[in-house]
Amino acid sequence: MSVASTTSFDGIELDRAGLARRRRLRLLPYALLAPSILFLGLFTYLPVIRVAIESLYDKPHGTGAAASFVGLGNYGKVLADPAFRQAALNNLIYAVGVLVPTLVLALAFALAVQRSTRFSAALRTVFFFPSLVPLVAAASLFFFIFLPGVGLLDYYLGKLGIRGPNWLGDSDIALWSVIGLTVWKNAGYYMLFYIAGLQNVPRDAVEAAMIDGANAWQRLRFVILPALAPTTAFVTVIALIQLLTSVDHVIVLTRGGPSNATNLLLYYIFQSAHENFDYGKAAAATLISVAVLLAISFGSLRIMERGARGHG
Amino acid sequence: MARLDRHLWPALTVALLSAVAFLWASPFLWTLVASFRPEGAGSADMASLLPDLHPTLENFRNALESGSFGLYYMNTLIVVVGVLAVQCVTVSLAGYAFARLRFPGRDLLFYAFLLQLMLVPPALIVPNLATVVDLGLYDTLPGVMAPYFASAFGTFLMRQTFLALPRDFEEAAAIDGAPWWAIIWYVLLPMAKPGLVAFAIVSITAHWNEFLWPLMVISSPANHTLTIGLAAFTLGAESGKEWGVLAAGTLLVMAPLAVAFIAFQRRFVDSFVFSGVKG
Repeated sequence: MSVASTTSFDGIELDRAGLARRRRLRLLPYALLAPSILFLGLFTYLPVIRVAIESLYDKPHGTGAAASFVGLGNYGKVLADPAFRQAALNNLIYAVGVLVPTLVLALAFALAVQRSTRFSAALRTVFFFPSLVPLVAAASLFFFIFLPGVGLLDYYLGKLGIRGPNWLGDSDIALWSVIGLTVWKNAGYYMLFYIAGLQNVPRDAVEAAMIDGANAWQRLRFVILPALAPTTAFVTVIALIQLLTSVDHVIVLTRGGPSNATNLLLYYIFQSAHENFDYGKAAAATLISVAVLLAISFGSLRIMERGARGHG
Repeated sequence: MARLDRHLWPALTVALLSAVAFLWASPFLWTLVASFRPEGAGSADMASLLPDLHPTLENFRNALESGSFGLYYMNTLIVVVGVLAVQCVTVSLAGYAFARLRFPGRDLLFYAFLLQLMLVPPALIVPNLATVVDLGLYDTLPGVMAPYFASAFGTFLMRQTFLALPRDFEEAAAIDGAPWWAIIWYVLLPMAKPGLVAFAIVSITAHWNEFLWPLMVISSPANHTLTIGLAAFTLGAESGKEWGVLAAGTLLVMAPLAVAFIAFQRRFVDSFVFSGVKG
């Protein structure tokens, strides 16, 4: 009986199986994306919503009291906080102060090492190496380099008869010391993008400029730099995002001091949440920095996408 | 004059470049020299870049004894391998979907993935910590790993890798009746190995070096990773002035990646060029 029924319904069975199969195939892409979307949802989208809501409440730490709705009060508190203003200003100085020398050095390094000689290869390794070590390890090294009197910097400056300032203890100098560390750490990484970018500079354009009598500087200024514009834009964006979101060295070297001179946005957030347990403030500051990150990125979506396509 | 130019400039360039390279490498040179220097050498000349005549391993022994470096290595290794293992699955599947399948909402989802490149996990430490606490993962290594299980960068890299592969093999496999997972596992992934290796290098480097997030999530010393251990060590050495030991400790933290980099330089460099958008 059962044999007969399957035979008689064979055609329909097949159709139904085909339909189910097609439906499964239609759902397949979503199933494949599901694990990624789950974790992106939990740790990228949800936190933004969460922090937006939490920023509207005041939740006293340790008292067990319920969170009370304070509207935009936390934003008012954050924006009025001199430490936050200082951190925002510092971050701006830090971003520009790192970005400009880093880009110049990255391009100079790339131009210097683009030939495939052994010397170039060795230089490339030396310049790139700092970007491979943990920022914490770099901070440990620079802790000693900046040590007053006996540190690497003062020791050799002393041999030249120069008395260095208190690199990390002087509030006028400390931020620039942190900037110096960051330039050293990042320049070699961005050099790689310029090396890749230089390979895409049209050779005949450079040669044509040479025939026209352009000197090295003019060739750089009028031919190579314009051709590298996409690379520069791309590096600028990833550098800015990075400069807003890494403070490991500040945590180890200065803890934002002396007197907030090296406080950066993310360190301010870290401090508010992890040390002062002021979550409302930390949430509001997080949302402000998220807004800054999105503002930087949205204007450059195309650049990011081009970068994601293997760059160049 | 022209001849002088021709000889002088290259020589000057080489000299200048060598000087800059020496300056760039000096922090590492100092670490190497200081870590092998005997303790009694006196702190006044601690900064000297000249190697000591009687190198010693004492500092490494002290570093290994004073910090629980073995434990830290283990924890960091668990985090790095755990993150990478899960990522390989998530990015391969998502990369395949974006590269080979057509479905409604694909572009929208693609942009939704892009968002992670901007909202990098460090920016969201405060709400993510709350989520980790809610999930019961506070002070655990999985809590350190979880925010990285999905990777927009990895997804793009795999998508690009899959797009560059010819479709002939998959079509042949599909005609033979191979299901989608067999096509990914047996046909595409073996050909996509260079992409996976590039992604692995970037992921391993990022998580080996990571500090802020583990610092937030981990509280008990048994779960400390290398970077947390090193930071604690640095702040401790501040008072003790044990610079040789600190240098040795720093070297121990950097060594595995440094050795891997020197062994596979080309691969590292190529991967990092691809990694401009790592997340």
